[in-house]
Amino acid sequence: MIRSILIGALAIGVVSTSYWGYKEHQEKNAVLINAENNYQRAFHELNFHVDALEEKIGSTLAMSSRARLSPALAEVWRLTSEAQNDVGQLPLTLMPFNKTEEFLSNIGQFSYRVAVRDLDEKPLSDDEYDTLKKLHKHATEIKNELRKVQAMVINHNLRWMDVELALASEKQAQDNTIIDGFKTVDKQVEGYSDVNWGPEVTQLNEKKENLSNNVLGEKVTEDEAKKAVIDYLDIESDAKIDITSTGEKAGYQAYSLSIENPKNKSSVNLDVTKKGAHPIWILMDRKIGKQKISLNEAASKAEAFLKEHDISNMVISESSQYDKMGVFTFVYQQDDINIYPDAVHVKVALDNGDIAGYESIEYLTNHQKRELPKPAMSREEALAQINESVQIMEEGLGVIRNDLNEEVLCYEFMGTIDNETYRIFINAENLREEKVEKMDGTETNYDEL
Amino acid sequence: MMRKLFNIFKIPLIIGLLCVPLMTVLDHNHEADAFSNQVIQKGATGDDVIELQARLQYIGFYKGKIDGVFGWGTYWAVRNFQHEFGLTVDGLVGSEMKAKLNKATKYDPSIKQKVNKGESPKNYGGTSGGDGGTKATQGKNTPAGYSQNDIKLMANAVYGEARGEPYEGQVAVAAVILNRVQSSSFPNTVSGVIFEPRAFTAVSDGQIWLTPNDRAKEAVLDAVNGWDPSGEALYYFNPNTATSGWIWTRPQIKRIGKHIFCE
Repeated sequence: MIRSILIGALAIGVVSTSYWGYKEHQEKNAVLINAENNYQRAFHELNFHVDALEEKIGSTLAMSSRARLSPALAEVWRLTSEAQNDVGQLPLTLMPFNKTEEFLSNIGQFSYRVAVRDLDEKPLSDDEYDTLKKLHKHATEIKNELRKVQAMVINHNLRWMDVELALASEKQAQDNTIIDGFKTVDKQVEGYSDVNWGPEVTQLNEKKENLSNNVLGEKVTEDEAKKAVIDYLDIESDAKIDITSTGEKAGYQAYSLSIENPKNKSSVNLDVTKKGAHPIWILMDRKIGKQKISLNEAASKAEAFLKEHDISNMVISESSQYDKMGVFTFVYQQDDINIYPDAVHVKVALDNGDIAGYESIEYLTNHQKRELPKPAMSREEALAQINESVQIMEEGLGVIRNDLNEEVLCYEFMGTIDNETYRIFINAENLREEKVEKMDGTETNYDEL
Repeated sequence: MMRKLFNIFKIPLIIGLLCVPLMTVLDHNHEADAFSNQVIQKGATGDDVIELQARLQYIGFYKGKIDGVFGWGTYWAVRNFQHEFGLTVDGLVGSEMKAKLNKATKYDPSIKQKVNKGESPKNYGGTSGGDGGTKATQGKNTPAGYSQNDIKLMANAVYGEARGEPYEGQVAVAAVILNRVQSSSFPNTVSGVIFEPRAFTAVSDGQIWLTPNDRAKEAVLDAVNGWDPSGEALYYFNPNTATSGWIWTRPQIKRIGKHIFCE
């Protein structure tokens, strides 16, 4: 009797477990198929967009009328951004596909620059036509290579989930067809050194900042760097300092130092340049207490800090309070003209006014003696360029970096339209509207909702 | 006799004379009750700013939201007030301007609680605000170009990826996300970079959905405000768990905690 009850119970157990297992399996499959379908969609769309891109670039070659060329190039720009978007959805991050992505981005920038230009005033140059021709050739190659991969994916039911698996288990040799296909494409793109992108695109591709430029001073050793830091931070000469050098091959050449201060449970970390041991950034890590000083007092502390370290003629261009921190942006001022590229950031703890952080890479790499020209145009002429609905509140002169990464002297106007504030830079040489910014900086605190 | 009479007059006179400074003291106390002693400048947040905005709105200089953040709208209102009342136009709210404000306006301190609770009180001082009446909700400073939600999303990623790391290591991870947004070989948005398949392990294994602590948020703010301890890195990896051989071929910049940062 007991036996048959036991058997019955076990049987029910086995049946329900296997039913549960089957359901779980089904659900897992559904999720996997869903993920796979997302990858497939991105992949096939990538192919579609590269096809369309090749076709569009091809058709621009045959266009003679400028009225047609601008919209066609705008279309090229849109397609590159679509293709980039597709790539971003595929699991290709830890795989050499970045050359292709860069290539797509360059095509986008190139076509955008030409498309927004007034082609009646400045028609397509021979160099640019040549560039377009080469781009068409390369786009065709990329298209063909990708089509090959696409055909294999379709014919052999290749799955992107397998790509994920192959990339995850690096130990076994990667003989995944899709990965190989993409590698081939990237190899090919690497060889495209013949494209002349023009000055604009090349400049934009440069690294944000180059530490070997403009930084003054001789190369220092680790010990010299340590001494400079002890002097700079005004700490005891026997303080325990860890110092490491950045990698030999890195473009960013610096020493990284770390100083523990067990007394107030804080630590200071900073990077100094190898040339001249200038601090690039400093971060202090400690618990910040209740706010005791105002943002205004903090601003004077930050000013005093800069003065103490011989960074002179700096004016506050931005100040913000984030909970218990005041963060300030200072820019260099030369003859009452704000030089916006020469900026430093200072962070002040609002509990006791300690300097909690300092950041100066822009100042280090941009600051130099400048010969500032007298504005060729008058303030009134510049003012006439501005949209009539803007009510001017403040004005001055400033040097900024424009879209082409050149430093330009501008009339700077701060103005409002209703409740919005705008900053408008008008080139003092040719009255070009170099930059119009809507000034933001505050937002409803959604945490309190 | 004359003397006595004089004395009788003297007493109220003395009392009266005493009262004058006493009353001014009282009056002064009343003022100090409201604004604190700080000089309020652009970018500040807190109760003083709420009071400043409410008072400026009371006399029609400020038309925006009362949110406790000294933003551009408040800045222009302060400057217009200074101009109108013959003060130095510098956008700084010092004792002189506070005194003028106290004289010219009324302030109901209960608005502070209302704003901090996120309630919307009725129009303040009878001015109609720019967008159909006064809206009072607490605000926050956000770095230009980023929303609070962007920052939160990044804080999630930083916390999931590097919560056991030293502080500058967390800032560096946030900086890598921003460097990728800038780079032409990565997506152009914060969310695009974070959710790129296989880009971050914390995203793949779901650790990104842990609740980040304040340190991670602070690290993200530092990175957004310009700090980059990674040395302009685009990649980082943990050498103990890295599964990709290709990552080792990238030029290495430095090591912070468990992570190696590379170009």
